[in-house]
Amino acid sequence: MAQIQCKQLAVGYDGQKVLSGLDFSVKAGDYLCVIGENGSGKTTLMKTLLGLLKPISGSLSFSDGISRTDIGYLPQQTDVQRDFPASVWEIVLSGCQNKMGAKPFYGKKEKTAALENIHRMKIEDLRRRCYRELSGGQQQRVLLARALCAAGSILLLDEPTAGLDPKAIDEMYALIGSLHDSGITIIMISHDVANAEKYATHILDVGNRVFFGTIDAYRKEREQHD
Amino acid sequence: MTDLFSKLSLYLSYPFVQYALIVGTLIALCSSLLGVTLVLKRYSFIGDGLSHVAFGAMAIATVMKLNNDMPLTLLITVLCAILLLRTGQNAKIKGDAAIAMISVGSLAIGYLLMSLFPGSSNISGDVCTTLFGSTSILTLSPEEVWLSVGLSIAVVLFFILFYNKIFAVTFDESFTRATGQRAGLYNLIIAVIIAVIIVLAMNLVGSLLISALVIFPALSAMRVFKTFKSVTVCAAIVSVFCALLGMLASILLATPVGSTIVVTDIIVFIIFTVIGKIKGGARS
Repeated sequence: MAQIQCKQLAVGYDGQKVLSGLDFSVKAGDYLCVIGENGSGKTTLMKTLLGLLKPISGSLSFSDGISRTDIGYLPQQTDVQRDFPASVWEIVLSGCQNKMGAKPFYGKKEKTAALENIHRMKIEDLRRRCYRELSGGQQQRVLLARALCAAGSILLLDEPTAGLDPKAIDEMYALIGSLHDSGITIIMISHDVANAEKYATHILDVGNRVFFGTIDAYRKEREQHD
Repeated sequence: MTDLFSKLSLYLSYPFVQYALIVGTLIALCSSLLGVTLVLKRYSFIGDGLSHVAFGAMAIATVMKLNNDMPLTLLITVLCAILLLRTGQNAKIKGDAAIAMISVGSLAIGYLLMSLFPGSSNISGDVCTTLFGSTSILTLSPEEVWLSVGLSIAVVLFFILFYNKIFAVTFDESFTRATGQRAGLYNLIIAVIIAVIIVLAMNLVGSLLISALVIFPALSAMRVFKTFKSVTVCAAIVSVFCALLGMLASILLATPVGSTIVVTDIIVFIIFTVIGKIKGGARS
C-alpha cells in the first residue's frame, strides 16, 4: 500500500504552474530520487509534499497510517543557520517540538529520542559543539538527527549533498543508505544522477520528459533515448 | 570619590530614582531577550520600524490629552507589528519597503500632530523626549511604573514559556512549518512581544534608540558565546548591567539617560568583540 499517492498533481506558486501531470506513489521502504535540472520544480514539489504549498490541481494523498506530520525534513541550509549560535544538542532537541503540543519544556522522552538519534548519526562527540563551527558534512548529520526526531518513517531530503566535498558526499550517501536499510522511506531531491542510480529504488524525473518508475525501468528508458 | 558616593546615595534615596532603576532594569532585561531572534531572523528593521510607529502613536495619545499614553501606544504598536509580519509573508509590497513606509510615515504624522496640537509650549522639548527618552524614565507616574513592571514580567514569562518554540522558529522556520507546527503563530507571538518591549523601552531610551537596546547585547553575547542558551543568558546580563551602569552614570554626570545607556552598550560590544577575537573563531 502506498504511503504517498499523487494523481495528476500540478504544483507551483500563486496559481502559476511550475510542474504538472505528476503521477507517482511512494510505498513503505522505497528510496525515491527526484531528479531534474535546476528550476524544473523539484523544490516546489517538495514544498507541496510537506504542505508548505497547496497543490494547484490533482490530488496528493497520504495513507498506510501516514500523515503529513510523519515526514521528517532535511531542508537546504539557509544563510541564517551558518551564523547561528546554537549547540548540536539544542538543534537536535528542537526536532522533537512537533510532538510536544503546547508543552513548553523538553522532558525525558524528548531527551532520550534526541540522544538516540545522535547515536544513530554518530555525532556523540559533537554534542556540545557549536553548530556554525562544524564542517558541512557534520552539519548535515546534525540536521538529519533533528529530522529523525521529528518523524521516524519518511524522510524528505532536499539536496543533502549540496556543497559537500567528495568524501563527505560518499559518507552522506552511505548514511542515508543505512537509514533506508533500517526501514525508513527516503524521498531525495538531487541532481546527482549517478548516485541516484546507485542507491535509489525509484526515480521521478521532472526534467524535460517526466518519468516515474523503478530504477531498472529508468535505465531502460534512458538507453532507448540515448 | 567619597564625594561621588555620597552624591549617589543621596540620589538613590529618592523614590523616583528607585523606580527608574527598577523599571529600567526590567526593561533592559526584556529588550535583550529577543535580540538574538531579531538579529538572526533579519527582523532588526521591524524593531526599528515599530519604534517609529510607537513615536507616532505616542504623539496621537499626547494630542488626545490622555493621562496615560501607554495603553493606546501599546495597542497601535501591536497592531502594526501584526500588520508588518503579514505583509512580510505575502510579499506584495516587499517586507523592507513596507517597514520603511510605515516607519517614516508614522514619524511624519507624529511630528505633524505634535506641531498642530501642541500639548505644551515646548514642542521641540516634547519631541526630543519621545525620540531620545531624555528624562522620561525619571518622571514615571506610579501607574506607569506598575504597568511597566507588569508588562515586563509578562514578557519574561512568555519568553520562558515559548523559549524552545522561539528557538525552533528562529533556527529553521521552514522545518518548523514542514513538521506541522504553527510557525505563523510563533512569529506572531514574537512580533507582539517585540511591540510590547518597544513601548516599554520608549520610556527608558526613547524611540530612536530602542533598536540599540535590543540588538547590542545580543550582538555582544554572540561574539563570545556559542549556544543559544548561553547567548540569551549573557545578552540579558549584559543588557541589565549596561542599563544600570548607564543610568547611574547619567545621574552622576547629568547626561541623557538613553544615550548614556547605549554608549555603555557600545563600549561593552567593543570589549566583547576583542574578547571574541582573542578566543578566536566566533564570527557573526
